[in-house]
Amino acid sequence: MRAFEYTSPENVDQALHLLGNTWEDAAPLAGGTDLLALMKDDIVSPRRLVNIKEIGALRGLSIDAKRGLRIGALVTIQELADNPKVAHAYPVIAKTANEIAGPQIRNMATIGGNLCQRPRCWYYRSGHGLLARDEKGQSLVPGGDNRYHAILGNTGPAFFVSPSTLAPLFIALRAVVRLVGPRGPREIPLEKFYLIPKTESEREHDLKPNEIVTEVIIPLLGGARAATYEVRHKEAMEWPLALASVVLNMKGKTVSSARVLLGHVAPVPWRSAEAEAALVGNQISEAVARAAGEAAVANAKSLGRNGYKIQVARVAVKRAILAAA
Amino acid sequence: MAEYKWPEADKRALIGKRISRIDGPDKVSGRAKYSYDIKRPGVLYARMLRSPHAHAKIVSIDITAAEKMPGVKAVRIIQEVGKEIKWAGDDIVGVAAIDEAAAEDAVRAIKVQYEILPHLVIDTDPQNAGDNAKPTAAVTQGDPAANFAAADVVSTEGFYGNHVITHCCLEAHGMTTEWSDDKNLLVHPSTQNVSGTAAQMATPLETPATNIRVHQDHIGGGFGSKFGPDSWGIECARISKQAGGKPVKLFLERAAELMVAGARPSSYAQVKVGAKKDGTLVAWDSVSWGTGGPGGGGSPPLPYVFNIPHQHKQHTAIANNIGPARAWRAPNHPQGCLITMSALEDMAAHLQMNALDFFLKNIDLTGPRAQVYRDELKIAADLIGWQKHWHQRGDKTAGPIKRGLGLSIHTWGGAGHASDCDITIQPDGSVELKMGTQDLGVGTRTALAIVVADTLGLPLTGVRILIGDNSYPVSGPSGGSTTIGGISASSRRGAVDARDLIFAKAAPALEAKPEELEAWGGMVRVKTDPSRSLTWAQACAKLGGMPITVRGKNPGPEKLNDQGVGGVQMADVSVDVETGIVKINKIVAVQDCGLIIDLKTAESQVYGALIMGVTYALYEEKIMDQQTGTMLNPNMEFYKLAGLGDIGELVVHMMTGKGYDERGPIGLGEPPTVSPGAVISNAVANAIGVRVPTLPLTPDQVLAALEKKGGNHARI
Repeated sequence: MRAFEYTSPENVDQALHLLGNTWEDAAPLAGGTDLLALMKDDIVSPRRLVNIKEIGALRGLSIDAKRGLRIGALVTIQELADNPKVAHAYPVIAKTANEIAGPQIRNMATIGGNLCQRPRCWYYRSGHGLLARDEKGQSLVPGGDNRYHAILGNTGPAFFVSPSTLAPLFIALRAVVRLVGPRGPREIPLEKFYLIPKTESEREHDLKPNEIVTEVIIPLLGGARAATYEVRHKEAMEWPLALASVVLNMKGKTVSSARVLLGHVAPVPWRSAEAEAALVGNQISEAVARAAGEAAVANAKSLGRNGYKIQVARVAVKRAILAAA
Repeated sequence: MAEYKWPEADKRALIGKRISRIDGPDKVSGRAKYSYDIKRPGVLYARMLRSPHAHAKIVSIDITAAEKMPGVKAVRIIQEVGKEIKWAGDDIVGVAAIDEAAAEDAVRAIKVQYEILPHLVIDTDPQNAGDNAKPTAAVTQGDPAANFAAADVVSTEGFYGNHVITHCCLEAHGMTTEWSDDKNLLVHPSTQNVSGTAAQMATPLETPATNIRVHQDHIGGGFGSKFGPDSWGIECARISKQAGGKPVKLFLERAAELMVAGARPSSYAQVKVGAKKDGTLVAWDSVSWGTGGPGGGGSPPLPYVFNIPHQHKQHTAIANNIGPARAWRAPNHPQGCLITMSALEDMAAHLQMNALDFFLKNIDLTGPRAQVYRDELKIAADLIGWQKHWHQRGDKTAGPIKRGLGLSIHTWGGAGHASDCDITIQPDGSVELKMGTQDLGVGTRTALAIVVADTLGLPLTGVRILIGDNSYPVSGPSGGSTTIGGISASSRRGAVDARDLIFAKAAPALEAKPEELEAWGGMVRVKTDPSRSLTWAQACAKLGGMPITVRGKNPGPEKLNDQGVGGVQMADVSVDVETGIVKINKIVAVQDCGLIIDLKTAESQVYGALIMGVTYALYEEKIMDQQTGTMLNPNMEFYKLAGLGDIGELVVHMMTGKGYDERGPIGLGEPPTVSPGAVISNAVANAIGVRVPTLPLTPDQVLAALEKKGGNHARI
């Protein structure tokens, strides 16, 4: 790890003054479960760390009968999983959060950090850049070991998968993310927060170096049914091979609207309009869930070693739908 | 004449009981100091510039900028210009600095130019390996051609293998070294070989081995990869000298630990088996290959355990650029076991025979331990419910979760190594044992305390055990399951001799002959009249003012240990055929190891082996990238190890009593690690109806096998 300056502001204004205009200038530090590992591996080396954990305004979690759930960026994953109000009003969030990694990570990692964590692509993490290019500018992924890489949205140059387990669920629940920067706060749907980079200078989300995530707002579930299904090789301390988060709005026994999001399959949390279309107007059955699973991966493409993920994603969608219904 | 033989069961107060490790509380509380924890005053931290290339020649090295950096105390070129580098991660330049960050900064400031040479890091296809493939001569036994021709059934489709895995020691390889003066070196290594380390450092350091003091209290994993100081250990001492003798700590970072500190050779084989209709095995043919790095790789013992009468086999070692192989628990046995037990279970399925019946049918081919296997198979079958749960290949129940059973058998030697110890008895009755050994998971301290205390009739707390220092009597390296046999025999002989000296001193006071005495329950007493007794302390007071020290040795008089064990394992797994995820429901391990010194640590050895076995069966793989020549998962995120949620229910049954105890202690570190890959692979095949050819049994491999089989399993 390279030397850096450590700062610990007490409020958002101070934090914004300490952040810079490039990622090399400064990086916000919350749980540190990703950032410190990236720094140790010399993948990023900000000259200054801005510890935001002392900023009280970024903490806290509340449920409002009108606006829904507000999760402060500094809420830890375990706090989210353990909160009885969340468990009551959004059981799917509590359950999904409680499955992430392991207790050591859940106790440190924050919601803001979970949404902003960097991809786990092993070419990226061994110093070949986010787009995993060799010295000639060619991506190492298509000709390399891509067993954990993208099966959707993988026409390049980005082949990594979005690592957040919560983002697909939050997007399925129509979450909004609030950020603050030098020009004040802004608010965007979480779905729009994730971007597929085209060049090495771009990132996979719409967070500027001089901004911080302050909170996430999730509308009330109403009568919607929701579930996440995650396929993991190991029980704990493991990334999903694929996951699906499904939110169904029902009219009687029929699906009136649906949101189907896949995780760990594309450079962004992947919304499947095809799967949603396969559900709307139907009653949930094994056959309908299977058809939605098929639809979700209809455009998926193997890069060579990751064809099995198409099957895994297909099953995750099917099982998430059946679990939600 | 002293009688050293192990006491009969009714005369064992401690031996064979279930006793917790005496150093357990230190380990779980963090009081135990591993060599990695040693922090010497004024210590410098060393880092290595490592080759980013798998195969290259060094063209130039410029260390001038690094030498001038603040906090840097030594920069040492390890491999000179012109040297050919054969794996990524090999040491090029070492740096020592006042802290780790300064050392890392200095490493980044070193400039090395390389001439990049072609590399090979994959091993799955010998046809593509060119000159790197080194075929060895075929071996023939009997008349395989004629017997294949005469066999009722020949299975020819068998392809099996396991990829390279690493040792992944939780305590990385390394040491702290310091020169107390220009002639004397103090070393705190992480080693399986306390007594043998100095001899390996002496010549390269041009320092007499007698001037090299080695001390290690605890080791955090070795598995066969820590017998020597390693090139970086020698360099650590040289860097320390360059830095004026200051202590230098050089332990591998996690990535280096996984890249360069040991690989278990891969092994793949195309297998043909011939059998009679009744299941009798008649012929074996295997064409095998694998890599262990630049030197090629070990040849697995094939066919494993079952000496099929007619055999033809040929092995090709593939030399490649992945870093050198090292011994990994039971070298080559897990590979040979996987290939053989898979091929035999496939043959049983081919014949539609119950795999247990098939193994029993051929069990005499295992040689002198056939009856042990028979007994163990029966016990294991009962413990796992084989007759109730076994089904023909392919679980026909509805739904995506398929359940299956598998079995495997294995063997190992485990004779005791050479071992010396000194046992001192003080006139106050306190007892101390010194031995230059180590505890690699054996429970060495506990085993020594049990043997000595039992022999002297004392409680466990009556004996102080000192190990881990090369100023103590020489004891062998811990490898190949040789420790328990060696250390128990030498400590037994020493303790018997020491006890007999006390008997000689105490006898007149008890009006008995020394040979009429026994040590039991903290007393020295007359065997035929226990009322005539002295307390242990009273007896030792007869020594007068001076303590006695007795040397115990192995080998020595009387045969106190044996070799050759057999073990049986059975696994019950569930496979999700829609996702390819394998879950362990239960593994049963039945194992013999002669006389057990401590039942609890013996069982712990087997539990540990099963957990490590689940890990290599399902998760572990050293994943190499042919484009860059580097390892893609030199971390504990994608180099996956099983967690407690992954291992299922583990059941261990140790064979003890008549037929076992009289053999004396036999090593246990290797044998139970041999079968888990085979037994889990067999259970998966039984569950899903098709063989997943290679370990680890990852979802992609399971789904690919199902897809190849066809049918609707592979699709929802």
